[in-house]
Amino acid sequence: MEIEADEAPPAEAVPVVDHPLVVGGHRLASRLIVGTGRYETMEEMRESLDRSGADCVTVAVRREKLYGPSGQNILDFLDLDRYTLLPNTAGCFNATDAIRAARLGREILRTLGNPGSDWVKLEVLGDSKTLLPDPVETLTACRELVADGFRVLCYTSDDPVIAWRLKELGAASVMPAGSPIGSGQGLLNPNNLRIILEYLKQGDPDYPVIIDAGVGTASDVSQAFELGADGVLLNTAIAHARDPVGMAEAMKHAAIAGRMAYLAGRIPKRLYGTASSPTEGVISTRPYGAAARNRR
Amino acid sequence: MITVTVNGSPVELEVAVSIRELLLAADVPPNYLAVEVNADVIPREEHDSRMVRHGDQVEVVTLVGGG
Repeated sequence: MEIEADEAPPAEAVPVVDHPLVVGGHRLASRLIVGTGRYETMEEMRESLDRSGADCVTVAVRREKLYGPSGQNILDFLDLDRYTLLPNTAGCFNATDAIRAARLGREILRTLGNPGSDWVKLEVLGDSKTLLPDPVETLTACRELVADGFRVLCYTSDDPVIAWRLKELGAASVMPAGSPIGSGQGLLNPNNLRIILEYLKQGDPDYPVIIDAGVGTASDVSQAFELGADGVLLNTAIAHARDPVGMAEAMKHAAIAGRMAYLAGRIPKRLYGTASSPTEGVISTRPYGAAARNRR
Repeated sequence: MITVTVNGSPVELEVAVSIRELLLAADVPPNYLAVEVNADVIPREEHDSRMVRHGDQVEVVTLVGGG
């Protein structure tokens, strides 16, 4: 006597097909780009970068002590065969300084032979308290750096008009902030991010939009990907977590979860409930009461 | 004696030196560094031939952690 299985055989799993993120001509295996700042130790940074799964990390350009001991150098803790470095212009408050920082970063990466020598994360700040970008200086710097052959990944606010202008100027990626840098407030205005994604990808679906700054925890990363972002760039949420290495791993999974959820397509939100189990053959009667009767 | 400004501070040099010679004072390998003189990047290939001149504004930078 054959015993029939109680359950139908599982439906064939439909794989969620993704393609790697290509930004500024660089093909990235991970959609997470992580910063290298604010770690307690270089060893903790190295371990956190490893666990985040990122293959692109961003670094800043700063003066080197020419006389006297300079301490540890980050380049002794980064595997240059593994990571594409993304030099940034963090800390610059005008276009002129940002352009100089970009060119100096390019020169270092060129002599190191790292593929990141042709791109830059452009960040021009307008206010040292909020760390909000200066849109006028950002536009000026973006225009000049593009003319100078840079692939510009441009940090900006979540303003859709400025985002559009930066794309028009030739930015390789527009990177709107979720909230102020290092604030950990997550995505404060998802609607603006939706509009930016819609406008910048209109007729150009592969144009990369990366959410940069403001991430506080893993769900912020998932939310960014669920909105349709192509990548997320974060630093402090890992570096200042109680356990940076653990948080780095959480971010990796959050990115994968959010991206897969976006590709798989979420259900629409509904006001009323919809039963998951069949309504036929239920042994129970429905509840009484005027409200329930009206809806039977 | 020539005086140049390196990273914002005045430096007195007994004799004129090349950029390459200037970088010998640094604690890190020269390929960790980039040099700007009077706001222009000096490519590594020119470090031997480019002499530091009196009054030059020199910036010597490296990469650091950042986000």
